[in-house]
Amino acid sequence: MDYTRPKADAVIVGLGWAGSLMAEELTRAGLNVVAIERGPWETTSVNFPPAIAADELRYGVRREILKPPSVETLTFRNDSSQTALPGRDWNSWQMGYSVGGAGKHWAANAWRFSVADFQMATRVRERYSNMKLADGLIVQDWGITYDELEPHYDRFEKIAGISGKAGVINGQVQAGGNPFEGSRRNEFPTPPLVRSHWNDIFHDTTEKMGYHPFPIPAGTIGGAFRNPLGIELAPCTYCGFCGFYGCGNFSKSSPNICVIPALTQRSNFTLLTECTVLRINKSKDEKTVTGVTFLDSDGNIGYQPADIVCVSAYQLDNVRLLFLSQIGRPYDPTTGEGTLGRAYNYQTMSYGFLYFENEYMNPFISTGALSTQIDDFNGDNFDHTGLGFLGGAGIQALSDQGTPLGMTDRLPAGTTQWGSAWKKAFAHSYQNYAKIQGQGTSYSHRGSYLSLDPTYKDANGQALLRMTFDYNENDRKMSSFVRGKIDDICKQTGAKSWETVSFPDKHNSPFRPYDSSHTIGGAVMGLDPATSVLNRYQQHWDAHNLFVLGASSYPNNGGYNPTGTLSALTLWTAKAIIDNYVKSPGSLMR
Amino acid sequence: MRRRVVLKAGLVLMSTATAAAIMRPVGAAARVLRGGAGKWIARETPPPVPVDPSKRIFFTPQEENLVKAIFDQLIPADDLSVSASDAGCVVFIDHQLAGSYGKASSRFKGGPFQEGTPEQGDQSKLTPADIYKIGLAEMNDHCRKMSGKAFEELPAPQQVEYLEAMEAGKFTYKTIKSSELFTQFLTNVQEGFLSDPVYGGNRNMVGWRMIGFPGARYDYRDVAELKGQRLEIEPVSISDRI
Ligand SMILES: Cc1cc2nc3c(=O)[nH]c(=O)nc-3n(C[C@H](O)[C@H](O)[C@H](O)COP(=O)(O)OP(=O)(O)OC[C@H]3O[C@@H](n4cnc5c(N)ncnc54)[C@H](O)[C@@H]3O)c2cc1C
Repeated sequence: MDYTRPKADAVIVGLGWAGSLMAEELTRAGLNVVAIERGPWETTSVNFPPAIAADELRYGVRREILKPPSVETLTFRNDSSQTALPGRDWNSWQMGYSVGGAGKHWAANAWRFSVADFQMATRVRERYSNMKLADGLIVQDWGITYDELEPHYDRFEKIAGISGKAGVINGQVQAGGNPFEGSRRNEFPTPPLVRSHWNDIFHDTTEKMGYHPFPIPAGTIGGAFRNPLGIELAPCTYCGFCGFYGCGNFSKSSPNICVIPALTQRSNFTLLTECTVLRINKSKDEKTVTGVTFLDSDGNIGYQPADIVCVSAYQLDNVRLLFLSQIGRPYDPTTGEGTLGRAYNYQTMSYGFLYFENEYMNPFISTGALSTQIDDFNGDNFDHTGLGFLGGAGIQALSDQGTPLGMTDRLPAGTTQWGSAWKKAFAHSYQNYAKIQGQGTSYSHRGSYLSLDPTYKDANGQALLRMTFDYNENDRKMSSFVRGKIDDICKQTGAKSWETVSFPDKHNSPFRPYDSSHTIGGAVMGLDPATSVLNRYQQHWDAHNLFVLGASSYPNNGGYNPTGTLSALTLWTAKAIIDNYVKSPGSLMR
Repeated sequence: MRRRVVLKAGLVLMSTATAAAIMRPVGAAARVLRGGAGKWIARETPPPVPVDPSKRIFFTPQEENLVKAIFDQLIPADDLSVSASDAGCVVFIDHQLAGSYGKASSRFKGGPFQEGTPEQGDQSKLTPADIYKIGLAEMNDHCRKMSGKAFEELPAPQQVEYLEAMEAGKFTYKTIKSSELFTQFLTNVQEGFLSDPVYGGNRNMVGWRMIGFPGARYDYRDVAELKGQRLEIEPVSISDRI
């Protein structure tokens, strides 16, 4: 240790969506907050101005915004009989590496989870008491309900200026929205963007089939909007440089434009940038934590003491920091005991890739979240009796692909990939290709977990996180069902040809194109310390002044992108800290 | 437990800004930003440096000829566009290989190195620069042995046949799998053809024109409602703006 900083009321590790929302709440409540972020400060107008942001090679292919594997990667294996090896090149683990985290380069699909997603164990008991779950499947409640989270979803949507169309307001179904969604108190703050041609085709097709299409909620902002922090947000311009890119327009929600401008004004907020937290420090009696130890940009080791430690370093780094700090009991897959690293889950993808004949899809007019979806087969929105699996997927026409390098192989099956034949086919397909994405639920499994790697280390000599993961029987059955539904839709769209894929048909690999970046769980919340790392306030069972924020808290993933939910959970936890914890520190489960 | 008693909403004893300024030991956490203490300045992200097409910085002349011959079969001149080399794709990859891409600077290079399952991804030590240096030499040797000629001297139909066999992984080179070398070439020639002209390829935006991609534009609000229609939008490059 080279130096100790003045003590803070709270230290926040990592300043993405979770960290910045927590910082906003705590500083507004008057706490003295220090945030520590591994990457540099970045502001969208300086770092992603339109003059340089529209660069597919730099950002889409060479991925300049992301944390490079050279800095820190994971090791991976499909099952514990294999030796895990490091992911050396760019892959599906796409972490942020500067202030704003992955919230700068996300695609901004800004969902709430469905009511059932939070209480699947209860749901199974009540609705499917005779269902035989796949062997080893872990299904457990989160300890929190949708209704408890609703006000916080509402607040997040306002802070981020989310565009969309409500489907259910105060229990009343609204025309044009998602009739399956949990009830909301408010309409979305900004309206949905203009749909793409492909969105419209999908809408008409699925409506004719009796389904319920709706424009999805998106952080591609639907109009000029002043958020509750007084920040002016701007309408999205459909530039098409969205997921993997920073937005230089103030029109894709990010911590950098929606939250941090307010923090820059608050004298009780300090941000240490280019400082990597190495571990969380424990008190002598190991009942609390005392602060965090970090490596600064000069190579010195600093110590930041604090009364409250919030870890919001992204799902994977949250779990890794707990391991490196030896806080909690590591999961042992042979006995099923221990909780840290247990209940790692993911996102189960299925696709339809379609090729039309004489369309002008104009795919360059796009956003990361320009999508029309049906939720008829998502979560528990349909009766699973006799189906033999849990869960489902949001099935969507996603117009997020218009930059050419990502599309050179988007050709009907059997087309050659080079020569004049390729050129002709590609020039045609560029305007005629379309995609249906089935973004599926994921439930944890006894054999899938996170732990520290015994061999491989990062540049600081600390063990890499090791991921042991493969799809389970529930994933396979669920996504084969979803693929069937996608196939039915493809048939009705008028496409000339198409192919459908369900990812669990092969082993999982971080190197598979079109797979999800949504790594989930590993330090989950719940009501029982035997099966969860955190209680329902995302407060650590073993150290009451330690809070862990992010998708690491989810025992299962919904058929949705995760960020809306982790943001709402952060606000829920912030409220518990401010209203109760600060007044009388101790376990909130009293 | 030594808990601070004043941990209460609303109570801020001393702004951290002042505290940190006073208590910061020499050399400690240089990049500290304080709320309420003026604008936070971010370091500028530099624009890309436009490639100088007159400079060859990675390939030897022999390598360059071979790459040109390969690339011009992968993207040949026809009624849709000029050839890959005329579009600048060889210049493009020459400059890419000399830079951080060639060195694989983003790759995790920690050992031990060992073969894994296909699911675990590429575990080799070779960088793209290595793959070109070694791969071009091995391909050249192999082609000369097999046909008595250098690849670039073969007539076009035989070049195509050779590349098809490579793509199918039918040749055995000493270090590099022929199918992997083929994929490397194909990936890079397409990158050169379709990335921003600032990087040396896609000259006159030929690749973008071929498919109708408008390039580095940033606002389609005025055409978003013109659904399903042919929009003839003139492409633009970053290099027009920096
Ligand atoms: C290409 C892409 C598209 C996506 N699209 C969507 C989408 O459409 N919808 C959606 O809901 N989600 C999407 N996601 C996921 C989304 O980006 C993440 O869920 C979200 O940003 C996570 O927020 P977070 O606050 O938990 O973590 P992050 O935003 O990742 O923030 C964590 C921060 O912690 C810092 N940090 C990590 N370790 C340390 C350490 N040891 N010390 C100090 N700092 C540290 C990191 O640098 C980072 O800034 C996408 C992700 C990717 C990669």
